[in-house]
Amino acid sequence: MSSAPAIAVRDLKKRYAQSQVNAVDGVSFEVERGGIFGLLGPNGAGKTTTIGILTTAVVPTGGEASIMGFDVVGEQIRVKQRIAVVPQRSNLDRSLLVREILTFHAAYHGVPRREREAHADALLKELGLYERRNEKADRYSGGMSQRLMIARALMHKPDVLFLDEPTNNLDPQSRLFLWERIRALNEQGLTILLSTHDMLEADQLCQRIAIMDHGKILVNDTPAELKKLIPGGNSLELHVETNEPARLSERFGALPGVTKVEEVASGNGESDDNVHAFHVYAAEVPSLVGAAAQAILESGARVRDISVRQATLEEVFIYLTGRHLR
Amino acid sequence: MSETRQESRLHLALNAFMATLHRDLVVTGREFVQFLVQALMQPLFFLFIFGKVLPGIGLAAQGFTALLLPGIVGLSSMLASLQGVTLPLVLDLGFAREIDDRLLAPQPAWMVAMEKLLIATVRGAIAGLTIFPVGWLILGSSFAVRTDRLPTLALMILLTAATGAVIGLLMGTVIKPEQISLMFTLIFTPLIFTGCTYYPWARLNILWFKVVTLFNPLTYCSEGLRYAMVPPFHGHDMPTLGIGWVVLALIFGIGLCAFAGTRTFLKRVVS
Repeated sequence: MSSAPAIAVRDLKKRYAQSQVNAVDGVSFEVERGGIFGLLGPNGAGKTTTIGILTTAVVPTGGEASIMGFDVVGEQIRVKQRIAVVPQRSNLDRSLLVREILTFHAAYHGVPRREREAHADALLKELGLYERRNEKADRYSGGMSQRLMIARALMHKPDVLFLDEPTNNLDPQSRLFLWERIRALNEQGLTILLSTHDMLEADQLCQRIAIMDHGKILVNDTPAELKKLIPGGNSLELHVETNEPARLSERFGALPGVTKVEEVASGNGESDDNVHAFHVYAAEVPSLVGAAAQAILESGARVRDISVRQATLEEVFIYLTGRHLR
Repeated sequence: MSETRQESRLHLALNAFMATLHRDLVVTGREFVQFLVQALMQPLFFLFIFGKVLPGIGLAAQGFTALLLPGIVGLSSMLASLQGVTLPLVLDLGFAREIDDRLLAPQPAWMVAMEKLLIATVRGAIAGLTIFPVGWLILGSSFAVRTDRLPTLALMILLTAATGAVIGLLMGTVIKPEQISLMFTLIFTPLIFTGCTYYPWARLNILWFKVVTLFNPLTYCSEGLRYAMVPPFHGHDMPTLGIGWVVLALIFGIGLCAFAGTRTFLKRVVS
């Protein structure tokens, strides 16, 4: 039991009543203890249902899922003890004062009074809500509500935190603050599962990402590995001052390992007609930098800028899930 | 890691139940005046008009006040507990989802429903009891309640409040937010007027109506309360539905609705 992964999901299936298709269709993955795992996918991909099953709100119709070794169907009380959920939309208790939201949450989980009061004050201070602890939550802004929901989630010291599109609708300051908090919590040993369709967020935070669509997991890998999925996705971007762009392009094409060279519009707003931009595609882009610079110098041109251009997670996402609207 | 990890599941669940109850008591206490106004405004006006004004101008018979009072106690008690569950539940399940925090506590989801029933019953009983002092103030010398059946009276108030609570749970889990106003017209109005609140069942002389009232749980509550409250007139007890049947019917109905309501509740919170 002690060595069980934080989250283990095997061949998980869910078909809702009156539905012809499985909302979750044979999903398997594991999240190791202390990991940050991202669940990405378009709307309706099955992310929310998967999280629902893991948080005991949805009963699976097939397969198995466990949290810290406890089955989500058979051991619900043990699972609920170990998880916390921060939902997309505020579900804060509006009949209570902010501080009470935290202390009652802890009371539901059996945390002794002295401990829960001290913990509530500490978290309110940490998240910058202490000054407004005696207000009702409906007077809070979106960012403050989100912080309060995170504080509430931490009140019973869970092992696994579920964040459902946590930074949706937040201003950039709140978003950055939240990212920092998520990283800090993870460093303290909390396992985090995060669902999002914000690619930057996934890229910034997650150690592993699973991309879901139509109830299935299409890929499950580190962000860096995912970006290699697009064939020839990586390229070298060169901005060169030259009178002979065509000849230079030919020279790039002859370099070892190069699969494609294209001249693109120089997007730097440079007015100089002599500056040309090239994308040079190759399997091993970084090792190309030296050879490309050499080629430019030998042709008598001048380098303005060289950078390795990686495929973004967004390109990977669109590549895997298609462009059509949901 | 918290020390609560080692506790038994039963202990955890009971603790979560008690903490949820504590939360509801705190909130009820804080909104107590609002709760009383909401629960008592309508019954008190009924009591004043039908129990004081109409008899005063000779439009209602002698002794009507004595049999109206139990009806008002029943109505207030039932409506207070019913509304205490239904409205919050419809809104909560529909969009607020404040209940999720309690559903994620280490307790089975059905216990969350049980706690709702318990707190609503408490609220209903408080509303019913409040009618006594206020009724005494409004009715003055015509306030009359027999005191030799107090245990039965206590039981009847409890059963009435519990009946409101279980009907409230069932309605709260079936009705959608956009249907709330329809609910008031379609359910509350017939419930109030076919529940023998303003008339004793035995005296009804329209047969089909007499039968219809028997399908309304409030009828049993009103009649049971009348049995426990109306003083004997010239040495004779007022004829009511048999108290044994009343208690039996209410217990059976409460069990049935609690079961059905918990099932629909579970369907709404666990998919």
